[in-house]
Amino acid sequence: MPNSRPRIGVLTFPGSNDDTDALLALDRVGAEAVSVWHQDEALPELAGVLVPGGLSYGDYLRCGAIARVAPVMEAVTQFAESGGLVLGICNGFQILCESGLLPGALRRNDSLRFICRDSTLVVATSSSPFLSRCAPGDPLIIPIKHGEGAYFAPPELVDELERHDQIALRYAAGANPNGSIGDIAGVSNRAGNVMGLMPHPEHAVNPLTGSADGALVLGSFVDAARSSTLLKVPA
Amino acid sequence: MRVRVLVSPKQGILDPQGIAVRGSLEQLGFSVSDVRVGRLVDLDIDTSDESQARQMAEAMCDKLLANSLIESYEVQVREDA
Repeated sequence: MPNSRPRIGVLTFPGSNDDTDALLALDRVGAEAVSVWHQDEALPELAGVLVPGGLSYGDYLRCGAIARVAPVMEAVTQFAESGGLVLGICNGFQILCESGLLPGALRRNDSLRFICRDSTLVVATSSSPFLSRCAPGDPLIIPIKHGEGAYFAPPELVDELERHDQIALRYAAGANPNGSIGDIAGVSNRAGNVMGLMPHPEHAVNPLTGSADGALVLGSFVDAARSSTLLKVPA
Repeated sequence: MRVRVLVSPKQGILDPQGIAVRGSLEQLGFSVSDVRVGRLVDLDIDTSDESQARQMAEAMCDKLLANSLIESYEVQVREDA
């Protein structure tokens, strides 16, 4: 029987700052959102994990580099490798790339500027559980808020991502804010159960803040979580 | 054993920080054709064996100190002071 309010865990690392908005946004779109502490070695029973934005560990060394060795990430890795749904937003995307759960890396913005404004995205895939409420080619307006968001992968890897439908979102033509290769704003792993994106859907779930397009992303996540079997990762 | 690790952006990958620094140096009248800005990590590793220290530092680079997709590194083993 599908779980009407699926449980999605939102990680908190020292320096995570978009965890609260992620919890509120997930709740708004129908999940039971629970907070998960970076030092927990086991995840509670969850239908999905969200790795939020922020400056985990002060962005020391490299963004996301230190978070990936936090105790909770071992459990998140097992969860992802068992097929569990994992969404990484901004710093969360950086952490998932550093962990090897997603391909590629995020570089400093070409402009060297920290950019905080709405971005126009184009949905680039039809097969992501995190974008099921969207069709390829759909525009989404979702804010970005980052200094190190330029996606990088060597050309052979970009080709591979394109061949395997792993490019989830691109910045609209002419609207690449940071120098990301191929205007890439979000990618998935090969199996599709892990996705990362630099824009912040959790900041776009209420028309009062300008756009509710983020609710399409988070709502898709909740839809997928609702019909997935709850996975319990042993401690 | 003291080990110095130098991490820099890989050749061929855009280093906007290096470009900005180069622009500033040129404004100051220096003529520079390429600037890359990286990171220095000094380590005091618990071993007195030089090749073991080098191996351990390289493992640290592979696991944490450098992101091999976008960075290259150099390990310099310094004599125990």
